[in-house]
Parts: sequence; C-alpha cells; structure tokens
Amino acid sequence: MDLSWMAWTWQTATFFGVILLLLVGMTVWEWASPGGAPRHGILGLDTTRGDRLFISLLGSAYIHLAWLGLVGPNLWWALALSIVYAIGVFRFV
Amino acid sequence: MDKTWNNKAWFMVLPVLVLVAFNAIIPLMTVVNYSVQETFGNNLFFFEGVKWFQEVLNSPRFHSSLLRQFAFTGLILLIEVPLGVAVALAMPRSGPWVAVCLVLMSLPLLIPWNVVGAMWNIFALPDIGLLGYVINAMGISYNFTSQPLSAWFTVVLMDVWHWTSLVVLLAYAGLVSIPDAYYQAAKIDGASRWSVFRFIQLPKMKRVLTIAVLLRFMDSFMVYTEPFVLTGGGPGNATTFLSIDLVKAALGEFNLGIAAAMSIIYFLMTLLVSWLFYTLMTQSEAEG
Repeated sequence: MDLSWMAWTWQTATFFGVILLLLVGMTVWEWASPGGAPRHGILGLDTTRGDRLFISLLGSAYIHLAWLGLVGPNLWWALALSIVYAIGVFRFV
Repeated sequence: MDKTWNNKAWFMVLPVLVLVAFNAIIPLMTVVNYSVQETFGNNLFFFEGVKWFQEVLNSPRFHSSLLRQFAFTGLILLIEVPLGVAVALAMPRSGPWVAVCLVLMSLPLLIPWNVVGAMWNIFALPDIGLLGYVINAMGISYNFTSQPLSAWFTVVLMDVWHWTSLVVLLAYAGLVSIPDAYYQAAKIDGASRWSVFRFIQLPKMKRVLTIAVLLRFMDSFMVYTEPFVLTGGGPGNATTFLSIDLVKAALGEFNLGIAAAMSIIYFLMTLLVSWLFYTLMTQSEAEG
C-alpha cells in the first residue's frame, strides 16, 4: 500500500507510535483492573484513568506550544515538564 | 450483584471506528505530517521540525486573526444567548401560535450557509440592497465593502439572524419541560416575574443552555462560509477570521506546512473548549 501521500517521517511515526502504545497500555491496564479507577480529584472533577490520560495529553500539547512560543525550539525541557505534569495528573486529578 | 462483562460488544463499535479512522484520524495524521515539513509539490517533502509552529505562534498575522476570532465568538455569544432566551420566554406555550412560531424560528436554520452569505451580501449592498439603502437613507454612512466597522456589523447581524433560532429552540425545549406545579408554587408564594425566571426557569434551562453555548461557540469559532461569501475576509483583513486565514494560507498561498501547523493549534483550541464544556455538562449532570 502506497502511503507516500501521507508524507510520513520517522519523527511523526514515533509520535503516533507512542500514542498508540499509550492506548494499548491503557487497554491492558483496564483489562487487569477494570472499572477505570474513578475518583474525585483536586480539580473537583470525577475522573477515570482514561480522562486523566486525555488531560495529560492535552495539557502536554499546550506545554509544548507555550514553550515553543515563549522560550524556543528546543523542546526537551518541555517534554520533561510534560512528563512531570502527567505524573501529577495521574496522582492527584 | 456483579456486573456481566461482555467484551464481544466492542465489535459492534468497529464500523464507527473504521469510519472515524477514514474521515478524521487518517486526515489528522496527514496534517501532523505536513506540519513538520516543507513541500513544493510533486509529493516532495523536506523535514523542518517545529519551525512552522514557531512561525505561526510568533506571527502577528495569526495573532490578529485569533483576536478577531475571539472577538467575533464573544460578541456572538453575548448577543445570541440572551436574545434567544428572551425570544423563547416570549413565545406561547400552547395554542395554534406555537406551531407558527416554531416554523418561523426554524426557517433560518434550514438555509444553506453559502446562500445566507449571498443573501446578506445583496441585502446589505449600499446602493441596491434594502438594508444598506435604509441605513444610508437615515444619514449613517454604511458600506460593508469598504468600512471595517460596517463589515463587522453586517457579519455579526447575519450570524445573529441565522443562528439565534437555534438558541431559541433549545431554550424553548427547556422551558416547556418545566412542570406547571413549579409555576403554581411560585404563584402561591407571590414570586415576581424576575424571581420565577431566576429561580425556576433559568436553573431548569441550565443544561440546554450549556448545549446551546457549546454549539454556538464551536460553530462561530469555526465560521467560514458566511463571512467568506459576504466579505471575503475584507475590507483589508477586517473580517479575516481563523478559518479564512487558514484557507488563504493553505490554498491561496500554498503554504501547506504553515497551514497544517495552524490547523493543529486551531484544533487544540477547539478540543480544549469542547472538553471544558463537556466536563462542565457531565459533572453538573452527575451532581444534579
């Protein structure tokens, strides 16, 4: 199948691969411990672990954009900040 | 009692998943791929990293169209939601006029967006259009093709004409679902008209109004056809909203990388607002 029209690069393929791995990981987690682990977090919201993944990914996208707009194109620190943020979300939200 | 888990039900979701993959996920992946590359056509691409994102985020042109977009959406919501509620409150709850009012309210919603733009273009022309002619006859200088303020007035008025009905219909649906017992209790307590609205009607309309605000936000934030047909984004760039700017970058200037980066930023904004509204709605449902 010719996918050249999609203009793939290894960097974007890695990005989507990581997202796919996260989804597979969440599926396995749900299979191992069903129910989504709902809880009432510090934001006052009822969230499941799927919600927490979504909040982490969306927040990370904004962290990267803010870093890019305000600091510069070196995004490793933005990635580190996003991982810390995601851990915080999964722990407290 | 333990729940019965039947994972075979997931197969029922497969057709929808395939459909979403073809009309949303694959195009979105392609946009992400485009956003990190430069192309000059012929399927030739050169990796550029996050250059386009940085360019868009620091571009005064993007900032202006974003500001115009927020101003337009804010204005639309400020006008359409209170107006829609007011019209819904004024509509009869029973009798033969109900059907007449509902049909009249539905009419603007049935007109295709490009037809609305073309209609208002002719209607607002200063020399031959009724609206343009009347405003000028009143001694007010009005020409939406050359004055930014007139263009904004016309675009906002057109949107209010086209979409307030949606808020009216949703608010009306909320109003008619309130049982009579609430009104009778308010009457016994000697509640004023304002108190009835504030403590009975408004709380009961909360859910439908949240949906109305969400729908109007999303629609007005992604508005393209009507202002494009009416003003083409002009005069100058006065009514160039995000979507018009995006199409100009992608199709007019063939800057596919910049347009793709812009699309992703645009998508993230709509995703955030949709999530916020969805969360507010589902949380209030869970509480109430």
